Amino acid sequence: MGFFQELLHKSRMKSPWLIHFDCGSCNGCDIEVLACLTPVYDVERFGVLNIGNPKHADILVVSGTVNPRNAKVLKNIYDQMPEPKAVIAIGACGTSGGVFREAYNVLGGVDKVIPVDVYVPGCPSKPEAIIDGVVLALEKLKVRKPEKDTEPLVADLKKAREFYENREERQVTG
Amino acid sequence: MDFKTFSFVILAVILAPFAGGLLAGIDRRLTAWFQGRSGPPILQPFYDVIKLLGKDRQVVNYWQIFCVHIYLISSVLCVALFAMQADLLMIFFVMTIGAVFMVVGAMAVPSPYSQLGAQRELIQMLTYEPLLIIVFVGIYLVTGSFKIDDILSYERPIFLMLPLLYLVLTFALTIKLRKSPFDISTSHHAHQEVVRGVLTEYSGPYLAILEIAHWYEIVLILAICGLFWSTSWIGLVLLLALTYMAEIVIDNVTPRMTWKWMLTYVWAVGISLSFFNMALLYANSF
Repeated sequence: MGFFQELLHKSRMKSPWLIHFDCGSCNGCDIEVLACLTPVYDVERFGVLNIGNPKHADILVVSGTVNPRNAKVLKNIYDQMPEPKAVIAIGACGTSGGVFREAYNVLGGVDKVIPVDVYVPGCPSKPEAIIDGVVLALEKLKVRKPEKDTEPLVADLKKAREFYENREERQVTG
Repeated sequence: MDFKTFSFVILAVILAPFAGGLLAGIDRRLTAWFQGRSGPPILQPFYDVIKLLGKDRQVVNYWQIFCVHIYLISSVLCVALFAMQADLLMIFFVMTIGAVFMVVGAMAVPSPYSQLGAQRELIQMLTYEPLLIIVFVGIYLVTGSFKIDDILSYERPIFLMLPLLYLVLTFALTIKLRKSPFDISTSHHAHQEVVRGVLTEYSGPYLAILEIAHWYEIVLILAICGLFWSTSWIGLVLLLALTYMAEIVIDNVTPRMTWKWMLTYVWAVGISLSFFNMALLYANSF
C-alpha cells in the first residue's frame, strides 16, 4: 500500500492543473499568469497545464477583487472542483482588495468568499512569484485532508440526481 | 486458441497502455522542443492519469460511468482482437461501439459544452469511418483477405501497392489522435474552447479511464499503420516513426479548423486519393 500511496502523492505534486478565474482584475495579473506559459518561464516543464474546466482542475488561481455579483460565480467554480484542491489569490486585489478595498461594491480579497491557501502579493505579481505560489500550493495538494469519505457510489448518484431535480430552485436570476 | 496466441494477447493488453502513454509523453516533449520550451518529463502522462485516478469522483449520472467503462472495454477488446490476428472489419466495428458510447455519455448530461463537443465528435466519426473502411477494402484488394494473419503472411510490404491509401489512413490517425487541424471535439490544444468539449463532464477517475482507453486506441491505429510494412522490423519501425513525426509536425504548423472544412476537405482529398490508388491497382493487374 505504501508504494501506491507514495506514487499517488508524487503524481499529485507533479501534475497540478490550473484554472484561472479573473474576478474583476485590471488584466495586469492575468497577463502575468499567461506569461508563465510562454517559452521564457514554461511552467509545463513542471506538469502545469492551464485548463479551462473546473472539473478537471486542481488549483484555482484567482486574480482581482470580489464584488457581490462575481462572488456567486467564484463560489460556484470552487464547489465544482473535486478534492484535493488548492486556491491561490494573485495580486494586491486578490489578496486583500488592494486600492479598491474601500469601494462601496467591493467585498475585499478572495478569502472573503472561499478559503485561500496561498497569497501572492504584487501589483501586478511577477511570473516568478506566481510560479513560487503554485509550488507552495503543491504541499496542500499532496495529501487529501480530511481523509476521503468512503461513501458508496449509489449514494453519490442519488445526490447527483436530487441536485439535478432541484435545479430550478437553485437558479440565480436577476 | 493455443497458448502462443493467448500469451500474445495478454502481453499486448498489458503493454499497450504503457506504449501509448510513453508515446504521448514523447509527443509533448517534442512539441515543447519545437516551440522553444523544454517541456514536461516523458512520464508526465502517467503522472496525470495516476493523479486523476486519486481524485474524488464527481458523478452526474450513472450513464456516464457505464459509457466510460464500455469505451475502455471496447478499446481493450480491439487491441486484443488485433493481437489474436482477427478480422479487420470486426476490429473496426468494436472500435466504433466504444467511440459511440463515449459520445452517448457526453450526451447524457445537461451541460451544453458537453453536448456541443459530443456533436462535434460525431461529425469527426462521420469523417474518418468511411475512409477507414475504404482503406480496409484496399488492403483486401491487394491481399485477398480481411484477416490479419493472411495480411501478415503476404510476402511484399503492402505500402508499395497502397501508398495513397496509407495517406488516407494518416488522416484517420490525425483525427483519432485529436491533433490539429482536427482537434475540434475535445479542444485538446485550445484547452478552453467549448471548455473541454466531450470531456467536459467526465472528471477525476472517469477522465483517467478515458485517457487509458485513448492510449489503447492510439496503439491500435498505429498497429493498423504497421500492417503496411509488416515484412521487416526495420521498415515497420521506420514507417511508424516517420508517420508519428509527420503527425507532430502537422499538429504544430496547422491551426484548428471548423467541422465543415474538416468534412469537405478530408472526404474530397481522402476519397479522390483512394480512387487513384484503386485505379493504380487495376492498371497494375492488367
